[in-house]
Amino acid sequence: MTAAATSRREIAPSSTPADKAFRGTVRGAAVLALSVMGLIGVFLFLRALPALQVTGWRFLTTAEWLPGVGHFGVAAVLEGTILIAGIALLVAVPVGFGASIWIAEYAPRHLRPALVSLVDLMAAVPSIVYGLWGFFFVQPHLIPVSRWLSENLGPALPFLRVDNAETDSSFASSAFIAGCVVGVMVVPTVTSIMREVFSQAPTGEREAALALGGTQWAVVRRVVVPFGRSGIIGGSMLGLGRALGETVAVYLIISPVFAVTTHPLQSGTHTISALIATLSTESSGVALSGLLAAGLVLFLFTLLVNAGAAVVVNRSRSGQVTG
Amino acid sequence: MNEPALLAPVTPRTAVRPHLVADQVSAWFGDHQVLEDITLTVHNSTVTALIGPSGCGKSTFLRILNRMHEMVPGASLAGRVLLDGEDIYERRVRPTDVRRTVGMVFQKANPFPAMSIADNVVAGLLITGRKTADKDALIERSLRRAGLWKEVENRLRTPAGTLSGGQQQRLCIARALAVDPEVLLMDEPCSALDPTSTRRVEETISEISHEVSVVIVTHNMQQAARVSQRCAFFLAEDGEPGRIVEQGQTYGVFNSPTDPRTADYVAGRFG
Repeated sequence: MTAAATSRREIAPSSTPADKAFRGTVRGAAVLALSVMGLIGVFLFLRALPALQVTGWRFLTTAEWLPGVGHFGVAAVLEGTILIAGIALLVAVPVGFGASIWIAEYAPRHLRPALVSLVDLMAAVPSIVYGLWGFFFVQPHLIPVSRWLSENLGPALPFLRVDNAETDSSFASSAFIAGCVVGVMVVPTVTSIMREVFSQAPTGEREAALALGGTQWAVVRRVVVPFGRSGIIGGSMLGLGRALGETVAVYLIISPVFAVTTHPLQSGTHTISALIATLSTESSGVALSGLLAAGLVLFLFTLLVNAGAAVVVNRSRSGQVTG
Repeated sequence: MNEPALLAPVTPRTAVRPHLVADQVSAWFGDHQVLEDITLTVHNSTVTALIGPSGCGKSTFLRILNRMHEMVPGASLAGRVLLDGEDIYERRVRPTDVRRTVGMVFQKANPFPAMSIADNVVAGLLITGRKTADKDALIERSLRRAGLWKEVENRLRTPAGTLSGGQQQRLCIARALAVDPEVLLMDEPCSALDPTSTRRVEETISEISHEVSVVIVTHNMQQAARVSQRCAFFLAEDGEPGRIVEQGQTYGVFNSPTDPRTADYVAGRFG
């Protein structure tokens, strides 16, 4: 045997020109998508800088928005954003959970594809439509609910009390009503993610539960829900991400107030996205820069929430089968 | 039934009686008929093997015996299945009750992977909402019956997903035994196992068969000969639904089959 045959050689898979071209194209697309994301962050940061230089860290702790005198910050709007998103999740998670379990486990088999499409269609309804529906239809119906909550739970839970409770307008345009409407908007997102994960629950484990004498409910409780736990968390967090960024519907419903919302049933609150929508056309200089800084805060916050959701979903065993 | 004379000595058993009887069972998936006119008696404290080539409806028949067949959309059935004299397909009989009495072990081990070994054993109680006075004793007894106790007694709290394939299958047997079934159906329980694990499962089957009637589907002729006292040979010829060609004492079916197709199959000439 010659030395050449026994000496160590480099070996590597070689690819055809077509492979290379395709790989280049998809890599380019991926890089483009990621760099748009990165550039948005950079753009927001650069444009926010003048405002942040005026306020410093007080930008995060100031509730008022008075850019003319250099006294402005996101404390109120950020709190309002999180509050409305939280209320939205209180509505969307139970409804989405129930709907997804029903579609995945109980709905007649031949109806399931139609139901799945219907949920996706709900997600595609423009938010202005939800906003109009919320303002003209939901709000009048929710005011009695707000009143009931306030009168019956208010004595025990002070944050549910409302001033001037004799007039309906004290209950209108509140964080609670905006949260409920955003919650309805988020239901399709939550339902869709949860259903997807529930429907992947392994057949082997389902059959095991049935063969032990389990009912359909036992299968759901002992197999489907434990398996889909990551989907429940991931779906909720993606719903939260959507709720945080929702603009138009909130903008239509709330009456803007620059103070930390402590009473969600009381009229008046504010969110970051509604603030930007309200003031962006009439602001300039430091005021405009301040809006972009608020946008940056929202951008980073939603990024954090979505990254958290991704970690939770990836860590789970959903999608894996026994063995 | 015309059975060949008993040629091999069989361990004497307490009062052998019909336990589970399939009476003229036919089955369909949609318009496709998969079984025709199956009549088979499962005796108590006996291992009954169902043998035959792939696609002859053995597994479907097994799933008919505990009402798992109906979980497939479009499935239908004719005939009766009598458990201790009562038709399990009567309207007033609840499938969950049938499945508690007629347990099942599947081809692919299907423990609940996130649950601990101990919790898997008592999963049947959890699922059916029953309580037991002494859970630990039940866990130990069931694992001993399934021949798994010695291997897992020090790691009962670890997730079942960490066990090997053979151990997982024996865990599934323990789980099925923990709810104290009268009949245990096994659908090719060893087809995914190595020879050593297969041997352990076969020993387990022999041990439990004194207390539970076992029906086992197997592709392995030696296994059928080793573990069963009775067997039935299923065959589906050229697009026809599956039928039983021959049934009786295992020793007789293997050593003096009356049908030439049985003789060919048990001799390994086809299938």
